[in-house]
Amino acid sequence: MALILSEEEKMLKSSAKEFLAERAPVEALRRLRDSQDNYGYDRSLWREMAEMGWTALTIDEAYGGLGFGYVGLGQIMEECGRTLAASPMVSTALLGTTVISLGGSEAQKQSLLPEIMEGNMITALAFEEKNSHRPFDVSTTAEKSGEGYRISGKKVFVLDGHVADKLIVSAIADGELSLFIVDAKASGISIERKFMMDSRNAATVSLEGVEVKADDRVGGKDVLEKSLDIARICLSAEMVGSMQEAFDRTIAYLKERQQFGVPIGSFQALQHRAAHMFSEIELCKAMTLKCLQAIDKEDKHLAAKASMLKAKVGEVLKLVSNEGVQMFGGIGVTDDEEIGFFMKRARVAQQTFGDYNYHLDRFASINGF
Amino acid sequence: MNPTIAGDLTAFRAETHAWLDENCPQSQRAPVKNGFEDIFAGGRNPHFHNEDQKVWFERMRDKGWTAPTWPKAYGGGGLSPQENKVLEEEMAKLGCRKPLWSFGLMMLGPALLHYGSEEQKQKYIREIVNGEIWWSQGYSEPGSGSDLASLKTSAVDMGDHYVVNGQKVWTSYADKSDMIFCLVRTDQEAPKHSGISFLLIDMRWEGVSTRPIKLISGKSPFCETFFDNVKVPKENIVGEVNQGWSIAKNLLTHERTSIGSLFSNIFPIHEFAKEKVGLESGKLADPVLRTEVARLMIDSLGLKYAIEQTIDEAKAGQQPGAKSSYFKYTGSELNKTRNELMVALAGYEGLHWGEDIKEGKIARDMCRTKGNSIEGGTSEIQLNVIAKRVLGLPTFKG
Repeated sequence: MALILSEEEKMLKSSAKEFLAERAPVEALRRLRDSQDNYGYDRSLWREMAEMGWTALTIDEAYGGLGFGYVGLGQIMEECGRTLAASPMVSTALLGTTVISLGGSEAQKQSLLPEIMEGNMITALAFEEKNSHRPFDVSTTAEKSGEGYRISGKKVFVLDGHVADKLIVSAIADGELSLFIVDAKASGISIERKFMMDSRNAATVSLEGVEVKADDRVGGKDVLEKSLDIARICLSAEMVGSMQEAFDRTIAYLKERQQFGVPIGSFQALQHRAAHMFSEIELCKAMTLKCLQAIDKEDKHLAAKASMLKAKVGEVLKLVSNEGVQMFGGIGVTDDEEIGFFMKRARVAQQTFGDYNYHLDRFASINGF
Repeated sequence: MNPTIAGDLTAFRAETHAWLDENCPQSQRAPVKNGFEDIFAGGRNPHFHNEDQKVWFERMRDKGWTAPTWPKAYGGGGLSPQENKVLEEEMAKLGCRKPLWSFGLMMLGPALLHYGSEEQKQKYIREIVNGEIWWSQGYSEPGSGSDLASLKTSAVDMGDHYVVNGQKVWTSYADKSDMIFCLVRTDQEAPKHSGISFLLIDMRWEGVSTRPIKLISGKSPFCETFFDNVKVPKENIVGEVNQGWSIAKNLLTHERTSIGSLFSNIFPIHEFAKEKVGLESGKLADPVLRTEVARLMIDSLGLKYAIEQTIDEAKAGQQPGAKSSYFKYTGSELNKTRNELMVALAGYEGLHWGEDIKEGKIARDMCRTKGNSIEGGTSEIQLNVIAKRVLGLPTFKG
């Protein structure tokens, strides 16, 4: 497979870019933040995104999806990263559809996927319990109870947890890690919204004896791990969009801002740092497309590729977002200037689904050292 | 060249495979092990390391396959790009080495095909294909460094010939080579980029002398080359007088891309690390080195995919632009990191000052890689090129 986009993928990307620039610029995120919006995302915008098919991209045609694949979803994610569009893309269009497509029963797929596609259902994967990414360190239990299970435990950093209609909860059932689809309004669930640094949604979810049926199960450890790898790659695509935008804004500023009577972009100290960032961003772009293609071709080395990418992109986004703030100078640390929004989103995205240290360690272990 | 249709290629592939299998001696079907000590570089006094190498070279030369895509009229193979790809693939399948490695093939030949006169092509291209002349490159000068265009070696017009005076440095294998392609100043008054010409000089001519330069790695292909009133015929200028800079820039782009690609080769450093440091509970015994190895592997993969993407984009008709600069920058910095890491992983063994590929070459190689971010334009020069030509940042006017 050539490491370039097809014509259809390019068209999808450019239409997403146009739409987001108009409907969800960084200014929209600022408004959501300042209004302390109850939902934390624009619900009419989400419906429009669904109408454009963004929620259906990776869903099989058998369930009414577009079967377009993850390279396509990656292009949308990248454009969302450019404008920092706050939406349930990660929680629902990425994680929800992936977990259900990989682990769901026929009945679950038939009933849930169309609801997601139409923009009627928000899902949230409740799988973190520790203070950093440790997806297989699970204390939540699902104890047998009659025909079903009773789930008890506490989940943190649940993306879109407080607006979700369905939670996908990891718990130990019959001695092994299992995922269950749980109605967010089920008795025994309490949800506490947390405001994050990037002004997006995450929640702490407590479950006390929440009753589910045996056929609410949606796979186990393998489904969770593969879904997370896919999510790491697609989130990296979003992060690449953010780093490219932060970089483009920084370069434009270097050309325009005058100090000592000349544009600051003529200073070699800044030029070399900018050129270094350019080189690193180019690597990230090629790596991201390689990994998106790896999902669609069912590459058996997906885990190593996902860790490779998430580690690298996290480091480069950290560099580019920090340098952006620094190169904007005093104005860069004000709330009026948007470059700071990219730095804040970067920090959250870096830790989501595992940070640099987590993925270096995992990459080394997968490679046997 | 003939238009190639699918049927022709299938037949061509079969013929090529059969011919290679019949004509390539077994000993020439393995990777080159010891770098320059193991390859054939041609020249007026050719040195073959063994009989098989000679046989393989002569057979390939007779088909024009030392330079498969160059025109048949000048002794090349006349293959289309598609046919050449088949040849490369079939050679790779059998593990066949390239029969000839030279600056003539890699650098001068492409420039002559583009800029040379008909007479120059007839004479020099044929010689390069046949491995008859060992070419050296004369760009850098002692005072010029990264400011290549500040070169001072002069070629004064004497009517029917030039008289050349000056000194070149970093001239690879000049002590072994037969001729040198040089940048010389033919107009002292013009702005520095506009007074340079591209000149071909025979190392046997009166007034040419060389001296090897020893590097911190303990050895070196590099020399200094001196010109003392050397008489050079006018027909030895390539392209227009005073327009040599454009040829030089073209050659440098080739050089940077090839250096960058060279360093993207994925050496299995984690296997090396396991062998030298050992594992504890399945993890490398030194946790800091483990992190560094993982990081290096990830960065190397990044460069590999970036080069792969550029090749795919080029096939789809997109120009690579100034990418050669970031490949060169990233590749040479990575290669330095890799070799530092190998010294650290090998511990005391990494300090041995030996010759052998397995034992003791690590220290020498590390020293050698210090030159990677200097030769072919320093890392700082590459960053300047990216800043100005790719990012369009303004020039400093202090």
